[in-house]
Amino acid sequence: MKLRVYLNFDKEKVTEPVIWKLAKEFDVVTNIRMAEVKEDMGLVGLEIEGETEVVEASVKWLEALDGVHVEPIEQGIIEG
Amino acid sequence: MSESIVRALKCRECGQEYDIQPTHVCEFCFGPLEVVYDYEKLEGKFTRELIESRPQNMWRYKELLPIDGEPKVGANNGFTPLVKADRLAKALGVKELYIKNDSVCYPTLSFKDRVVAVALSKAVEFGFKTVACASTGNLAGSVAANAAAAGLESYVFIPEDLEQGKVLGAGIFGTNIIGIKGQYDDVNRLCSEVAGKYGWAFVNVNVRPFYAEGSKSMGYEIMEQLGWKAPKHVVVPMASGSLCTKIDKSIKEFIKLGLIEDTGTAVYGAQATGCSPISKSVKDGTDMIHPVKADTIAKSLAIGNPADGFYANRVIKESGGWCEDVTDEEVIAAMKLLAETEGIFAETAGGVTLGSAIKLIESGKLPKDESIVLCITGNGLKTQEAVINEVAKPRVIGASLKEFDVLAEADGVQ
Repeated sequence: MKLRVYLNFDKEKVTEPVIWKLAKEFDVVTNIRMAEVKEDMGLVGLEIEGETEVVEASVKWLEALDGVHVEPIEQGIIEG
Repeated sequence: MSESIVRALKCRECGQEYDIQPTHVCEFCFGPLEVVYDYEKLEGKFTRELIESRPQNMWRYKELLPIDGEPKVGANNGFTPLVKADRLAKALGVKELYIKNDSVCYPTLSFKDRVVAVALSKAVEFGFKTVACASTGNLAGSVAANAAAAGLESYVFIPEDLEQGKVLGAGIFGTNIIGIKGQYDDVNRLCSEVAGKYGWAFVNVNVRPFYAEGSKSMGYEIMEQLGWKAPKHVVVPMASGSLCTKIDKSIKEFIKLGLIEDTGTAVYGAQATGCSPISKSVKDGTDMIHPVKADTIAKSLAIGNPADGFYANRVIKESGGWCEDVTDEEVIAAMKLLAETEGIFAETAGGVTLGSAIKLIESGKLPKDESIVLCITGNGLKTQEAVINEVAKPRVIGASLKEFDVLAEADGVQ
């Protein structure tokens, strides 16, 4: 499967090679489609491709990291 | 006037264009897609007279909404009153104030009836039989009602702990309501996955570019109701930030088409302090939106990571507007002020808009001697829990004139 997500990085995670670690940890293809990195935050549009369960596990791993927020590319879907 | 002037879907980031289809993000850069038009095709044809000759609903501006021909859903939606709010103006010390009152929008008493009408009309055009949304209130009710009236199957996703009143507001229309357990982020992501997997028109996902365009009708109406001119200042509540950008777009379109003069309208954004990522970005002078965990009584504005935040920020800055945000107490005080001065019971988002406007006036960001329009987007009957303890309890007397005389005398009634 191919999953498209935004990763939001807090200040303390901006300088960490999180996507490199992800690809080391899981057998997935990572494809950065947009990125904006500033001193105090980072935003990366990422495509993650691989076996469904591996992609899902890789997203769980990302979510478990402090200072990294995983969002669907639609961002806030739930409206008032 | 049957020829559509809709040209394409265009990426707001990289400019890539796509044919009209149910999709919402750019395949290249994930940027959001927006409907773009060939305005020159309307030159000389789309006049004030033509618009005024049509029924009073949002479709009197149909050439500027992304549908083919006549609307398939929500034919009577929109065209709400623009109230000249003299008593409120006096209370705020301003000269010219109007309330665009979408708390009485047909059929479900919120401005969502505008966006949903366009989204579902487009869904029918695309051949969808089932429509869906993820919502905590107004959107759920609007999708359920408009789908019911159009004979469409609908699915509404809500957090499992949503108040009973809001569940009822959608459930009565016979929709399929799915309560989802989990934190906001989990529920949000699941909805994205459902939208991607099932062949439905998910109004705020795959038909979002069309859906969002419906908001422009609020701006068109304001300009027509002001006597074919734009206000100098307009204050808009912000959740995703979409309405803010679409009000601005509506004004630019009317100027482009020669329907109004360009009087340099400034757009102001209003948020609750407990969920104010756009307001904060404007005040901090940055264009980066830092996501937040929402904590506010203004639930209809509680989007912590607003998809259109960046674009709303830009519109506000470029138009010469500003942002403000208000506490829950200020929201309630503003709801009461609006009700007591103008007889309008707005939902909490209305309290956010008025409360923010009050602060903008106090700080001098909103001038007191120029026209101001406040956009009220939903009805207070839907968020009664916010003010239930703020309203005076009835004074109970026996069924005797004597007892009432005593009470009246105490009130100073002659």
